[in-house]
Amino acid sequence: MAGIVTSPRAGESSPVVPKHLTEPRIVRGILIGAALLMVGIIIVLPLLTVITQALSKGWEAYLSALREPEALAALRLTLLTAAIAVPLNSLFGLAAAWALTKFRFRGKNVLVTLIDLPFAVSPVVSGLIYVLLFGAQSFIGPWLAAHNIKIIFAAPGIVLATMFVTFPFVARELIPLMESQGVQDEEAAVILGARGWRVFRKVTLPNIKWGLLYGMILCNARAMGEFGAVSVVSGHIRGETNTLPLHIEILYNEYQFAAAFAVASLLMLLAVATLIAKSLLEIRIAGGSRKHEH
Amino acid sequence: MAAKTRTDRALPGFRLTLGFTVLYLSLIVLIPLAALVLHSAGLTAGQWWDTVTNARVAASYKLSILTSLSAAFANIFIGLLLAWVLVRYRFPGKKIIDGLIDLPFALPTAVAGIALTTIYAPNGWIGSLFEPLGIKIAYSPLGIMLALIFIGTPFVVRTVQPVLQELETDTEEAAAMLGAYRWRSFLKVILPELISPLLTGFALAFARGIGEYGSVVFISGNMPMKTEIAPLLIITKLEQYEYAQAAAIAVVLLLISFVLLLGINFAQRRSSRRSNAV
Repeated sequence: MAGIVTSPRAGESSPVVPKHLTEPRIVRGILIGAALLMVGIIIVLPLLTVITQALSKGWEAYLSALREPEALAALRLTLLTAAIAVPLNSLFGLAAAWALTKFRFRGKNVLVTLIDLPFAVSPVVSGLIYVLLFGAQSFIGPWLAAHNIKIIFAAPGIVLATMFVTFPFVARELIPLMESQGVQDEEAAVILGARGWRVFRKVTLPNIKWGLLYGMILCNARAMGEFGAVSVVSGHIRGETNTLPLHIEILYNEYQFAAAFAVASLLMLLAVATLIAKSLLEIRIAGGSRKHEH
Repeated sequence: MAAKTRTDRALPGFRLTLGFTVLYLSLIVLIPLAALVLHSAGLTAGQWWDTVTNARVAASYKLSILTSLSAAFANIFIGLLLAWVLVRYRFPGKKIIDGLIDLPFALPTAVAGIALTTIYAPNGWIGSLFEPLGIKIAYSPLGIMLALIFIGTPFVVRTVQPVLQELETDTEEAAAMLGAYRWRSFLKVILPELISPLLTGFALAFARGIGEYGSVVFISGNMPMKTEIAPLLIITKLEQYEYAQAAAIAVVLLLISFVLLLGINFAQRRSSRRSNAV
């Protein structure tokens, strides 16, 4: 699904609308005011809430909530999960984009639709499917138990569920990008005698590096912040199978609001950093594709 | 077969990349989804029907559908306003506002959930304004709707914005020359072009809302029959070891999203074909 509509938009060249085609000054003022109010209430207010609540008991409490062993364990698991899910999904995105954009074959549209599938699945269902596949009651559950392999209520389940929800991110950035770049550059390299891996590294990669990075950053943000899917498979064992979002939930449900928001502020910083990186990359990608057109 | 479907192109790596793509897709997405369908098939047709039409389950579907429909409807107006102002006007801080629109995509849902609950709780910044009026926002369907409006905002803005940016001003120019008022030329000239992206954005927001969990579960209050959303009920069934029932509820949720997804794809393909033809 165009689930996350994040394709880099062309530069910020806002068209200069001629005077007779715009609204009277007062209407413009009202509309801008209303828009700012909306953004203020819907988006800025939650951000301010996180900051004020996190610091409501002072800096000492804020820092100690972050230094809790359980918070650190949750941070480690979150980083580990992203460190596995993001590279694997990036590799998949590269392979899928290469196959789909450099060759013609039957069933292409079906494949593209299937890649988008995880965006259409509720996070809770994304976790559920792995419980049904690997849980104690499942077909292979008894075998896994006999061999002492823990997937559900353990780190592997968390990683799998995260891989599922972040599955399309890199692929859906790269497919349109590589589609628009065509195959001429690569074909020329092959004619000049370059081989497989070299063609990719020397010709393709420089053309797509910013798009790849863009997809990876979005993939990472979702991987570190995923809640619903991970919540289903984690089992909520403190210090062991809690990621940062799950740790926030536990603190919040125990009425440790300041601590919950302190941990939440970390993830908020990640979100803001992601947005900034995203805007910077959009400028680069827009610039790059303009160069490509000329 | 691969060699046969392969085209005249001389590029390397077709078998390797397609093979990896299909393998990875099967392992991570297709096989687990098949497990879901198989599990819900463990119920007989009668049991399946009883599960998904059980009063508590039906109430949760109704709540999930109604709150996400109304939130997506609100998103149409909010999204149109924001896209319009961002494309057509200049004002200080515009770039920052534009970047902030994507925050609901980037902010982890659990963070959004606890922040929104704090704002709209009876003692919160906004909740306390409505409390004296007897309006409860958090822990009511209204709170669920507001959380879904937050989640859905970027969808409509980001589908309308590029269309509005590309819109040629010729027709508007003509309308203005013929003496049409601004409002009239907006309704007759601009709005028809925006119907398709508005509907796409609406459908995307709706599809996202119906499965949304993290941002809703804190603010909803989770009262069975009243404020219990369908995704939460799946978790409840899992915790009671009712795996087949959880799977059955999930399959219905999946079907709704898939129908929406196919509808959006179909509509987009049709509209892109139309614009190509022009």
